Amino acid sequence: MIRLVRRDRASRKLAVAAPLLALAAAILSNLILFVAMGKDPAAVFYALLLEPFMTWSGFSEVLLKTGPLLLIAQGLAIGFRAKVFNIGAEGQFILGAIFASAIPVYFPQATGGWIWPAMLIMGAIGGALWAVVPAFWRVRLNANEILVTLMMSLIAVQLLNYLLLGPWKDPMGFNFPQSVMFQYDAMIPILLPGTRVNVSLLLAFVAALLAWIYMQRSFGGYQFLVGGLAPNAATYAGFSQSRAIWLSLLIGGFAAGLAGAAEVAGPIGQLQRSISTGYGYAAIIVAYLGGLHPVGIVASSLLMAALYIGGDNAMVSADLPVAAVRVFQGSLLVCYLAAITFVRFRLVRTKGAPA
Amino acid sequence: MPAPLLSLRNMTKTYGQTVANSAIDLDVAAGSIHAILGENGAGKSTLMKLIYGVERPDEGEVLWNGAPVHLTSPAEARRLGIGMVFQHFSLFETLTVVENISLIVPGSKADLATRIRALGQDFGLVVDPFAHVHALSVGERQRVEIIRCLLTEPRLLILDEPTSVLPPQAVGLLFDTLRRLRDGGVSILFISHKLDEIRALCDRATILRGGRVTGDVDPRDHDSHDLARMMIGRDMPAPLHLAPMPQGDLRLELSGLNHAPDDPFGMGLAGVTLRLHAGEILGIAGISGNGQAELSRLISGETVLPAARRDEIRMMDKAIGHLGPAERRALGFAFVPEERLGRGAVPDMSLADNSLLTAHPLGLLKRGLIDRQAEAKFTAGCIADFDVRTSGPEAEAGSLSGGNLQKFIMGREISLNPRLLFVAQPTWGVDIGAATAIRHRLVQMRNEGVAVLVISEELEELFEICDRIQVLHKGALSPSLDPRSEGPEEIGRWMIGAAGVAA
Amino acid sequence: MSGIEFILAGMLAAATPFLLAALGELVVERAGVLNLGLEGMMAFGAAIGFIVVYEGGGHFAAFVAAGFAGVGLALIFGGLAVGLRANQVAVGLAVGILGQGLSSLVGNSYESLTITGLPKLAFPGLSDLPVVGGLFVQDIIVWLSLIATALIWAMFRYSRLGLILRAIGENPAAARAIGYRVNALRLCAVMFGGAMAGFAGAYAATVYTPLWADGMIAGRGWIALALVVFGTWLTGRIFFGACLFGAVSLASLVAQTEGWAVPSQLLSSLPYIVAIVVLGIITSNKRLLKINGVASLGEPFGP
Repeated sequence: MIRLVRRDRASRKLAVAAPLLALAAAILSNLILFVAMGKDPAAVFYALLLEPFMTWSGFSEVLLKTGPLLLIAQGLAIGFRAKVFNIGAEGQFILGAIFASAIPVYFPQATGGWIWPAMLIMGAIGGALWAVVPAFWRVRLNANEILVTLMMSLIAVQLLNYLLLGPWKDPMGFNFPQSVMFQYDAMIPILLPGTRVNVSLLLAFVAALLAWIYMQRSFGGYQFLVGGLAPNAATYAGFSQSRAIWLSLLIGGFAAGLAGAAEVAGPIGQLQRSISTGYGYAAIIVAYLGGLHPVGIVASSLLMAALYIGGDNAMVSADLPVAAVRVFQGSLLVCYLAAITFVRFRLVRTKGAPA
Repeated sequence: MPAPLLSLRNMTKTYGQTVANSAIDLDVAAGSIHAILGENGAGKSTLMKLIYGVERPDEGEVLWNGAPVHLTSPAEARRLGIGMVFQHFSLFETLTVVENISLIVPGSKADLATRIRALGQDFGLVVDPFAHVHALSVGERQRVEIIRCLLTEPRLLILDEPTSVLPPQAVGLLFDTLRRLRDGGVSILFISHKLDEIRALCDRATILRGGRVTGDVDPRDHDSHDLARMMIGRDMPAPLHLAPMPQGDLRLELSGLNHAPDDPFGMGLAGVTLRLHAGEILGIAGISGNGQAELSRLISGETVLPAARRDEIRMMDKAIGHLGPAERRALGFAFVPEERLGRGAVPDMSLADNSLLTAHPLGLLKRGLIDRQAEAKFTAGCIADFDVRTSGPEAEAGSLSGGNLQKFIMGREISLNPRLLFVAQPTWGVDIGAATAIRHRLVQMRNEGVAVLVISEELEELFEICDRIQVLHKGALSPSLDPRSEGPEEIGRWMIGAAGVAA
Repeated sequence: MSGIEFILAGMLAAATPFLLAALGELVVERAGVLNLGLEGMMAFGAAIGFIVVYEGGGHFAAFVAAGFAGVGLALIFGGLAVGLRANQVAVGLAVGILGQGLSSLVGNSYESLTITGLPKLAFPGLSDLPVVGGLFVQDIIVWLSLIATALIWAMFRYSRLGLILRAIGENPAAARAIGYRVNALRLCAVMFGGAMAGFAGAYAATVYTPLWADGMIAGRGWIALALVVFGTWLTGRIFFGACLFGAVSLASLVAQTEGWAVPSQLLSSLPYIVAIVVLGIITSNKRLLKINGVASLGEPFGP
């Protein structure tokens, strides 16, 4: 009989090793899948994991995808550590994109350096507003934020569709569900010349730094942690749980909204249906894979961004369906969650009774 | 001589590095009441789990009527004829009595209900089979547990600290029931740390200390000193003496505090009134589940009153019923709750981070950021001052024993230099050495002019350290009683709600 | 056919995916486990079911295969959430993402293909009634789902198994102390929930709308999760909740035929809006949740 025994102290070594072990396990299990699908696993993994880093243009695309993932995941991780499970970042991202797009859609002729910063601010506000409903529902009505945030996302998709098929549809757009192309001043300046990477990547790294200070060093972040680990201890110490829930959801919505705004004001340049390729959900994986730690999340967002780019590569070079990347992402998270069990527990052989 | 009903040989059980039971031998004769005596942490509960098949030993052998048996599960133990009454009951609140019983005892509900009533009549264990468990008092729940065991017609009945949930009068009734069972041929294994009870009831006593057997005696042949020596290796600590103190200023006042709990299984409070002054210890006696949890949350501020009713709770002469815990602490209030893990401390955080929980105003923060050095220094101070046995400030709270964690939390709260200190169940699950240290410290605080409020189930403890005692029963608080003039019997009457009617 | 008649006739079939998934989740949650992977399990079951029918295996085999697909994912979920005591929320999300990925992957080459559903069986006599007659013309799976509802209701009401599940959900430590193998039972409940989610997905893809489109489960798993809360963990209320959502999801079709001037996107959002509102109403009653709820829901149990 094998059973789990709690360690006297969480193992730091394993906490760092867990994502690497998970990556190895995920590669191994997907290897079998790819072989079963009749693909050449070597070609697939080369395209998926190495090719994105082999060329500067490939890597710049990875950085481009890292921005939104990093931003959203930092926001989500703060809430997750307080056990406030905002899984509706996708919707908050969409609302951010919609709010930001309002400026170029209604003022297509406007010029000036204020436009793209104003769009980012609008986007952040939009994302945070979308998180107001789940926060209110949780604090005042005691409703589970997991379900409410998720359903708000599904509603956000419908809202986006409505705008793109109705009032915001580009009249010159051959009836495609998309807005007008944004004017030059509505685009975020490019950060690395010759690439599509723009200034919003800097914002994401600033956000990561702020998250690190807040979560690892400040008393405010400590209160979040207590609320997540032992809610009764938070109440005992007089840390407001309602405040933690409001802040968690608003920060998560703010960050996701900012990411959404940066996407339409950056690489996409208009509002369209495919503004998000599941960033909001992928960021959940990023947050966990980074151990909910601001520094870990920087690493995991790079990895996940590479998987996005690698997935596109593999589709072309190895004829791999895009869905295979989602399977890989899912199994990566599953393997990670299995691996982190052993940070707190170890396996012991006993003659003891089964559970 | 016939073989004993139950024999244990060389029973050993370890959890990680902790040896809970080491080479334990035990013989329980048929038709006897056999005590397992030991203080908290001596390994009594582990031994009982081994006998009932909840846990399996690492080593050792169990003989039943002289034949070796393997106790692989509680169902197997019940099949042999072993029944167990758990200390923290194994009942399900949302189910009815008969549903709870049918989880162990086969039979239709109607049939079981009839048998429950009949058994209740025979043994003085009356309970409504169709009541929901959450609506029952603690004493009634114990009856349900005992009935549930008896319906399996056991040859051996194990009771784990059964008197801790009973008022003094009910203890006598329980003992009568147990003697009647013994005379009917049921052996009883009676687990306790109370010497008098064992001397009053038991035919035989096995004493445990640190997971080992330190004595196997007839308790009637030994006085309390002998038993105490076997149990803790020395004499029981001498009782404390309270020097008279002049009455200080009023620090806590509850006037007609009413409360309807959010929790439908909770107990409401009705007209609770008390006054606590500087330099005195007020004890709240009573069986748990009579409103203690609700009262302590109201005093601590974990439950707040609407602003209109703020006057029902006053601290340091200010109406504070509407204020939260942090604001009350700012007035000089400190609180040690009954649940240490998960409320008084965060199990997965280091002791240093647990200091921050309530001691952050003592200079542990710098411009909103945590000052790690100050935090570590404060924590090391607590550990040294209160003799907390641990590897250091970085140890996780969850890795400490109950007694050591309690000393740490007491240390943290006392370091806040409170004007009003509130401690709920100061010595629950704490070994005698630590319990003595904690009681000394409370009296010392009182002597230094702190107002101390103590909620405890242990009547002896309250008699030892309190200037005054009030009893909580069904959400109502008795008038103030003087432990020097009123005996345990009088307090006990209030604990079952009889005194109020008589008075 | 009037709008009312249309909704009555189609309501039960529309409700069936919700109902099957929610009944499975009810059993899982009663045992103390929160399975947020429901959507992914349904999606995978739907893809597998569709493929089996399309490749000529027939509906019976399709449901069996979809059930196994659900159980397979449930075993991953249960292995981590129950066996390794991992965070149930995180594992549920992970398995959900995995299930949706697998669903897209295996369904990749079947996009937009169609199959034939199942014939409707009329309940003799009742099906001829005016207005409500349509209620009694349903396919076999709907009839079986109604029977399953009754069986699960009876299990919790009368059987020892129902009592045991409630016990391990309320107080796993006590249940273990009196000898129940809490985690083994929880794992069984999780597997049952996985099978039901697989059936629910298969119904959606092979009977209700017999065509394959990636993402066709479209949030129904999440609605099913919400339904368990709406129903305050009671079988009868979950059934009525499922019917309500079945009816709401038909509203957009009715609106189109009646020519209402409402944006179709608003009607598509209607189930989610209704879910959010009803969730708020139900959960704001804390007493109701405490009395009917599952005390240890979402907390891993380690002996």
